[in-house]
Amino acid sequence: MSAVVLIWSLSIAQALLALASVCAVIRIIRGPRAQDRVVGVDALFVNAMLLVLTFGIRSGTSLYFEAALVISLLGFAGTLALAKFLMRGEVIE
Amino acid sequence: MTRLLPFPLLSAGLLALWLLLNQTLSPGQICLGGLVALVGGWLFARLGPPQTKVRRPGVIIRLCVSVMTDILRSNFAVARILLGRGNPQRSSGFVEIPLALRDPYGLAVLACIITSTPGTLWASFNPATGKLIIHVLDLIEERVWIETIKNRYEWPLREIFE
Amino acid sequence: MIEAAQLPLWVALLTAMFLLVGAAFALIGSFGLLRLANFYERAHAPTLGNTFGTACILAASVLCFSVQQSRPMLHEVLIAIFAFVTTPVTLMVLVRAVLFRDRLEGRNGMPRPEVPSRTAGPPG
Repeated sequence: MSAVVLIWSLSIAQALLALASVCAVIRIIRGPRAQDRVVGVDALFVNAMLLVLTFGIRSGTSLYFEAALVISLLGFAGTLALAKFLMRGEVIE
Repeated sequence: MTRLLPFPLLSAGLLALWLLLNQTLSPGQICLGGLVALVGGWLFARLGPPQTKVRRPGVIIRLCVSVMTDILRSNFAVARILLGRGNPQRSSGFVEIPLALRDPYGLAVLACIITSTPGTLWASFNPATGKLIIHVLDLIEERVWIETIKNRYEWPLREIFE
Repeated sequence: MIEAAQLPLWVALLTAMFLLVGAAFALIGSFGLLRLANFYERAHAPTLGNTFGTACILAASVLCFSVQQSRPMLHEVLIAIFAFVTTPVTLMVLVRAVLFRDRLEGRNGMPRPEVPSRTAGPPG
């Protein structure tokens, strides 16, 4: 019984997160200016991290946790570099 | 003590981070984590950050609780707006708030709180005049926002850091 | 695959609830990214998934793993702390960059010091 509950809720949650990623990708493609695309990239990183966490719960290993940590930190560094680039035109001064 | 551990809170945080990442409490990992914490504290001291004192643990706990409840409440409020259930004449805009808080750590924490709460964004701060500009998604009355920020967040932060 | 059979039913139900609520909030936030009208409003939307969505899914993960391995698994707290510290930094730098760009291009996005403009930001 609990296996059924867990599998179904995991599948639905993954579908919702995939849909959220699609929304972020649409904003990246459409986004009229560069900053809209950067916000889309940020949201995409967060959704990807949450998706990896649900895969971790599904597989029962904590290896996915490290992947999620790396994705969230890379998302931070990447978005920060993009924002800095928008402000100055170069990342490292 | 101050030579060995210039930033005790930072060192304790580094040790906790190391133990959480390794998911263990074995003596060997505690030694390694302690080494990381010591060296991390020295390296941070070399950067010459401004010193500060954190006071009033009771106020810290109360601030944490009120921040969490505010984040939870505004999550639901913003979700209602995004789903189109809100007021159709909703307007967003900038609000200007005069701050008396000057401590750099206090300002950093305030920035984290304001930006982490859905519906408010930290836009700019002028350290000379102490004028903070935030962007609010559902702006009903500016005065309410100014009162909220000043009473709920700025006052406890001044208690803690100044 | 998880050995879900050894999980008590209440743990499975609680985990399922946390997962669904978290994923729903992340979806609402990303949906708002499409729906809102200008940049400053859109920057609010992903915060939803960043705070409550992440917290719920992390809670589900902590609960599931702690019961499975019958000891507290708390390392998910690290992601929550990193998210709380890093998200404001990126958003703040981004908003400052956009204010700078708008001012440079002469759009009326920057609030004037005396009268904060009620109509936010540039169109589009």
